[in-house]
Amino acid sequence: MSGSLQLEVSDLRVQIAGHQGVVRPIDGVSLEIAPGEAVGLVGESGSGKSMTLKSILGLLPPDAKVTSGSVVFDGTDLTRLSHSRLNKIRGRRIAMIFQEPMSALNPVMRVGNQIAEGPRVHLGMSRAQSVERAMDLMRRVGIPEPERRFRAFPHEFSGGMRQRVMIAMALSCDPELILCDEPTTALDVTIQDQILRLLAQLCHESGTSLMFVTHDLPVVAQVCHKVAVMYAGRIVERGTVSEVFSQPLHPYTLDLLRSAPDIDHPGQSLVPIPGSPPSLTNPPSGCRFHPRCQFAEDDCKVSDPPLRLLEGGRATACLHYERCLDQIGADS
Amino acid sequence: MSAVSADPAPAPAPVPPPAVTRVRARRARWYRQPTLMTGLVLLAVIVFMCYGASLLTSFNPDTQNLEQPLLGLGQAGHLLGTDQEGRDTWARLLYGGQVDLRVAFIAVILPFILGTILGSLAGYFGGWADTVIMRIIDIVVAFPFFVLVIALVFVLGTGEKSIYIAITAIGWVSYARITRGEITVAKRQEYVLAAQSGGLSSLRIIGRHLLPNVVTQSIVYAMSDIVQDIIAIVTLSYLGLGIQPPTPDWGTMISAGQNFLTTQWQLTTIPGIAVVITGLALSLIGDGLADLLRTGGS
Amino acid sequence: MSEQDILEAAGIEVSFPVGSSLAARLRHQQHLLHAVDGVDLSVRRGEALALVGESGSGKSTLARAIAGIQRANHGQIKLDGKVLPARRRSRADQRRIQMVFQDPYSSLNPRLTVGGILRELLRVHHVVPRDEVESHTRELLRLVGLPEDALQALPRQFSGGQRQRVAIARAIALRPELLVADEPVSALDVSVQATILNLLQELQGELGLTLLFISHNLAVVRHLCDRVAVMYMGRIIEVAQTEELFRNPRHPYTAGLLAAIPRMTARDEEEAPAVRGDPPSPLRLPTGCRFRTRCPIAQPICAERDPALASGDMDPEHSAACHFAWTVQAANAPEAV
Repeated sequence: MSGSLQLEVSDLRVQIAGHQGVVRPIDGVSLEIAPGEAVGLVGESGSGKSMTLKSILGLLPPDAKVTSGSVVFDGTDLTRLSHSRLNKIRGRRIAMIFQEPMSALNPVMRVGNQIAEGPRVHLGMSRAQSVERAMDLMRRVGIPEPERRFRAFPHEFSGGMRQRVMIAMALSCDPELILCDEPTTALDVTIQDQILRLLAQLCHESGTSLMFVTHDLPVVAQVCHKVAVMYAGRIVERGTVSEVFSQPLHPYTLDLLRSAPDIDHPGQSLVPIPGSPPSLTNPPSGCRFHPRCQFAEDDCKVSDPPLRLLEGGRATACLHYERCLDQIGADS
Repeated sequence: MSAVSADPAPAPAPVPPPAVTRVRARRARWYRQPTLMTGLVLLAVIVFMCYGASLLTSFNPDTQNLEQPLLGLGQAGHLLGTDQEGRDTWARLLYGGQVDLRVAFIAVILPFILGTILGSLAGYFGGWADTVIMRIIDIVVAFPFFVLVIALVFVLGTGEKSIYIAITAIGWVSYARITRGEITVAKRQEYVLAAQSGGLSSLRIIGRHLLPNVVTQSIVYAMSDIVQDIIAIVTLSYLGLGIQPPTPDWGTMISAGQNFLTTQWQLTTIPGIAVVITGLALSLIGDGLADLLRTGGS
Repeated sequence: MSEQDILEAAGIEVSFPVGSSLAARLRHQQHLLHAVDGVDLSVRRGEALALVGESGSGKSTLARAIAGIQRANHGQIKLDGKVLPARRRSRADQRRIQMVFQDPYSSLNPRLTVGGILRELLRVHHVVPRDEVESHTRELLRLVGLPEDALQALPRQFSGGQRQRVAIARAIALRPELLVADEPVSALDVSVQATILNLLQELQGELGLTLLFISHNLAVVRHLCDRVAVMYMGRIIEVAQTEELFRNPRHPYTAGLLAAIPRMTARDEEEAPAVRGDPPSPLRLPTGCRFRTRCPIAQPICAERDPALASGDMDPEHSAACHFAWTVQAANAPEAV
């Protein structure tokens, strides 16, 4: 594999001092994105997936800090950059799309101006040039009548349209990487379909890489080539989408797949995952998933398995991942 | 655990709720609020002193001793001297405090109750009840508080009862507004809808489900309101409209003593300081409560 | 109305005033938002009927009107053949239809313990004699899979999934015949959803409940429900048995909705989105069929006449509101899913 990784997150750890003690929402996360790749990051609430995204761009809450690890983007460690240098990358080379377009757009600024702002500031375009670019982007993302809609305010748009505005903003400076934090969770199914296709198409056309955070597994299947599964602040499994979803190598992934109804297999019974996600101030000893794991053995309570690379680009943090293979064999 | 496919999932494993200790930890936090604790301690001291007056002085606040008027500090066994009619200042201060504190407390409770009731009805039922109540509120609020109170007491005649009537008639407005606002929002919460679909009566829903969740704002407001009431009562008495002599009261003490400001300054200033300190204690409590409620304690 | 219908709703309309009527007239808009715009629905005893739709479809409003917490402006609801009054239902009638809400964090009174919530309902309705109230509350907890010491706990001590179980316990405390569940799992984590869905299925069997299940998640619906009614902008546009609907959707919107659902295996990227454009403003509905602005097979007749819900010759259970539902192979129908 060539050394030209777009983004490489290595053993990232983030800490927040809370009332009850020190919380470690990200406790050893390692990820890679190659140029042009779309990588999904899935997990349930509290897994740390949103925070991982925010820590790439340094958007953590004030009392959170990166305690170790690195986020290397095109050769530079973003966690060690000064604020001003990080700002040059934000919006320009790495852009972000958020979940709630209504709160992510400035309600008192016209939509067109919000899209044009990036090129003005980062690319040094003149006002006329940036306006033209904004209208061009609006056309590309499928906003009808851009000349008229340029002057509109966010509240005049529907949810799907606002998300398109956000995508236009993200694309405005031709970034190399776009981070998406549950961008379609708040949208209706039919609109989600439109937005996902749009994102996939635009990234395909321009070769932009994508990191897509969501809790919705099928959504990842629509947009991403690769996927990483997060649990309790760690990545527990990595691989291509088709591999991980058809042949999971971690009990959590397996349980996750079996607990959600699959529209293509309606007869299957749903198996909930017993217990609840662990406390991040006081995680269980050994493997964090062991209290809820159907395959837990004695060594799982003691040793904390790291993410191990297997052949073919897959990785798993389970000591007994072969048990998952047996299970799938029994299922089919 | 057995393999997956054949059997349907067993009944969901019961998950015990997290330990009750979490709730206790929150309640204990209020001890650690410095503002609240200072206020409470200060108020406790004041209340103790005033109501324990008989322990702190052997003098009677009403006994006149015209042979020993206007004594200075510490003279003839009078800790703070005597007033122009020979009455012991320290005793009057303490017993007067009883009166003022009691009147202020009642003068806050009555508008609180009236305002909360009317505000709940306006907020929950809306419609014409809401319109009527809100318009009355608008009218009352248009007048400056003191002007209205003084006018009312003037009309009703002097004395403790008039103070209660006047302050209640005007003070309920703030509580009504607060409660109405809170209830208008809270009634859309789904647990209220659930109570409605459970066939519970409106009165029960307001009283048992809504008010307990909504009354905290009014309580915080009551703390600042009681300060305002103390000042109102003292002012009224100062103007001769409130507590009538010979009942001791800080307002009348301030008023009577102002003539002797240059010779026996303590007659006026000491009761004034008492008012300030009491007001401070209540304000601290109010601030402390507001902070506590904002951070989510109970 | 057949013998087996527990509930029959006819001509239900629910509207909300929006802004001032003068301003609306100036903008050539309606000032009434017709959230539910003429709906007929029958629910059969013992079935699990799904009400499906996206935002603005009116499904939640319709559910609330059926449950009696939202007043319908027009229409009639019959429970077991008896007409329910439009305004205040009697306590006895209210008992028979109970509701579970979407948000587990606001549907429980934060100041009452679980036991307090349940006991109050039991006492007010005299569901069981006084000396049995305690044991009945414990039984309710057992039915939903919560431990006994949950009775003394406050809602904030529970997770989202556990709260929903409390909400379900509350709903079945009055022994209703019809349970209306408004997106009961949408606010929960995926792995927890299964618990609640399984619980609902179990309770249906154990208590003989009829379930009206509102959701936008078709995967859940296909798993749980016997029949499905699809809503769009205040109307029901298709009703069918679940499998029939998924295999053979007859309304272009239903077909589009099914095609839009993301699957676990990646789709062909070249395809156009299943349903294009945005929904019209509910205050400015298109003439004729309200779906025609986004419909791939719209014809001139669609602008002139509003299609009624009608079934074809083959299957009386399956009805759709489209002029071409039964005449052509629905142009946008995906292959059998």
